[in-house]
Amino acid sequence: MDLYQELILEHSKRPHHAGLRDPFDAEVHHINPTCGDEVTLRVDVSGTGAEAVVTDVSYEAQGCSISVASASVLAEEVIGHRVDEALETFEAMRAMLTSRGQVAGDETVIGDGVAFAGVSKYPARVKCALLGWSAFTDALARAGVDISSTSSTSPQGVSS
Amino acid sequence: MADVLPFTDGELAAIRGDFPILTRTVRDGRPLVYLDSGATSHKPTPVLDAERAFYEQHNAAVHRGAHQLAEEATDDFEAARATVASFIGAPADEVVFTKNATEALNLVAYAFSNAAPTDDPKDERFVLGAGDEILVTEMEHHANLVPWQELARRTGATLRWVPVDADGALDLSGLDELLTERTKVFAFTHVSNVLGTVNPVADLAARAHAVGALVVVDACQSVPHLAVDVATLGADFIAFSGHKMYGPMGVGVLWGRAELLEVMPPFLTGGSMIELVTMERSTYAPAPQKFEAGVPNAAQAVGLAAAVRWIEGLGIDRIHAHEAALVDLLQRGLSERPWVRVVGPAVGTPRGGAVAFVVDGVHAHDVGQVLDDAGVAVRVGHHCAWPLHRALGATATTRASFAVHNTVAEVEALLAALDRVPVVFGLDTEREAS
Ligand SMILES: Cc1ncc(COP(=O)(O)O)c(C=O)c1O
Repeated sequence: MDLYQELILEHSKRPHHAGLRDPFDAEVHHINPTCGDEVTLRVDVSGTGAEAVVTDVSYEAQGCSISVASASVLAEEVIGHRVDEALETFEAMRAMLTSRGQVAGDETVIGDGVAFAGVSKYPARVKCALLGWSAFTDALARAGVDISSTSSTSPQGVSS
Repeated sequence: MADVLPFTDGELAAIRGDFPILTRTVRDGRPLVYLDSGATSHKPTPVLDAERAFYEQHNAAVHRGAHQLAEEATDDFEAARATVASFIGAPADEVVFTKNATEALNLVAYAFSNAAPTDDPKDERFVLGAGDEILVTEMEHHANLVPWQELARRTGATLRWVPVDADGALDLSGLDELLTERTKVFAFTHVSNVLGTVNPVADLAARAHAVGALVVVDACQSVPHLAVDVATLGADFIAFSGHKMYGPMGVGVLWGRAELLEVMPPFLTGGSMIELVTMERSTYAPAPQKFEAGVPNAAQAVGLAAAVRWIEGLGIDRIHAHEAALVDLLQRGLSERPWVRVVGPAVGTPRGGAVAFVVDGVHAHDVGQVLDDAGVAVRVGHHCAWPLHRALGATATTRASFAVHNTVAEVEALLAALDRVPVVFGLDTEREAS
C-alpha cells in the first residue's frame, strides 16, 4: 500500500510542533463530520502585507494517521515562512491531493508533503489530509491575512 | 463454528449466486469481502428483476388515472404494501412507504409539531409544548435523534435521554425519573447499529405506555436480521429502510397503529394525499395515503416486496442464525487479539448483525484502509452515532456488519487482514488494548 509512507507514520506518531502555544493571533477548530476527526489550530503572524511571516502554528489534532501527519508536516513547512510562501505550499498540497493520483507533488515546494501523494488515490482520505490545511487558511483569514489569492479551502463535500 | 451454520455450502453458494456484485473484484483484483451491509445491503437478482419488470411492463403513476397501466401499477404498489406489511405482522393499511427510515422518523416527528392547537378534532397525544418531554437514548443513530432535537426546538418541549452503560446496554436505573407523565414520546432503537445491542422493546414500551407516552422504534437494524412482529413488539410506530434489507434504495417504511395513523396529522402535503380540495382548505385521504404525498416510489416498493419474498424464501430465522454464528465467530476471533477492544455486549449475549471495535493506538480510518487494501469493506467512523461514540470514549470505531451471503471464510479474511494493522503501524501487540 503506497498510502502509508514511512514519513507519514513517523509524523503521525511524533507530530512536530504539536500542542497549543501562546502567543497567537487566531485559533480555529475544524472537524471532519464523516469520521469525527478534530483539529484545534492557532496561528501567529508578524508583519503585514508582503512582509507577513507565519511565526508559529500550534495545534492539537485528534484523528487518523493521515490527518495528524498532515498537520505535523504543515507546521514544519510553514513556520518561519512568509505567508505568501505558506499559501503557495497550501495550493501545491491541495493540487496534489485532489489530483486523483495525477500530480506527484514538488518536493522543493511542499517538502515532506510529497509523502501524501498516495492519498490522492483515495478520495475518502483527501479530507483527512486537508483538515489541518483548511484550518490553517481559515486561521490566517481570521488573523486578518488576505487569503483571497487561494481558491476555496474546503475540498468537495467537507464542511467544518 | 461452521458446523452450526444453518445453510449448507450448496445453499450458501446459491445465495451468493443471487448477488452479481459479489463476483467483482476490488483494489487490484482482490475478491470483494463485503462486511458493510449495516450501511446498505446488496440487492439480489430477483429484486433487480422486479424493479425492472415494473418499469418495463406496468409503469404508470400510482393512484392516478384510469387506464390499464395505471391500474396495474396501482395493484403492484398495493400488493407490495401487503407483502411488506405481512412480513412484520401488520395489516396492509398500517404500512406507509417513505423514502427511507430517516424520512419515516421525520414523518412522525413532524406530525407532532403539525398538530396545531387549533386542529379540530385535535388529539392531545400529538400536541407538544413547554413542559412536555421527548425521551430518546444515547445510542441512537442521528436519524432517531436529530428529528427529536428539532421537534423540541420547534415546540418548546424538553429532550431527555437514557444513557448507555460501559457494556453498551441502556442504563435503565434512572428510567423512572426519565419516563414520567410529562413524556409524550419515547423513541429508541430496537438494535444498535454500532453496538449490536438488542433493546428490550416490549418492556420499554410497556413502561412508556403506563405513563401515556407514544413509542417510536427504529427498526433499521432489526427487520433485516431477525423476526419482527409488530403485533407483539409493543411499539406504536416502527421505521426501517428497504435498502438495508436487500431492497432498492429510495424506499423505507413507517408502520403505525391504525388508530394512531388515523388521527395523526400529515407531514408532506400535496397530490395523492387529499380527499377534497378547495381554494381555502383541504381534507385528507385516510392512512396510509394521507402520508404518501406525490407520485410514490412504486418501482422501489415493488423491489422491496421482492426482497421480502426473497428473505421469506430463506427464512428470517435461518438468516438470523447464520448471521449470529458469524458474529460469534468474529467476536471470538477479535477477543483472541488483546490489541483489539470490541464495543458492545460480551460474546454470547444476543446481538444484532454488527460488531464494532477499536484497535488501540490506531485510528479506525487507518484500520479500515488496511482492510480495504485486502478487499475487505467495513465501515469506519462514528456510524452516524456521534454521541454514542463520545460516551464510549472513542472518536471512531471500525464496524463489520453481516448479511446472509457472508461466509466463515470472509470472517477469516477480515481477521487475517486485521493482523496486518499492527505490522503496518508498528504496534506492540503484547500490550493490552485499553
Ligand atoms: C439504526 C439506524 N437508524 C436509522 C438509519 C437511517 O437509515 P436511512 O439512512 O436509510 O434513512 C440507519 C442507517 O443508516 C440505522 O442503522
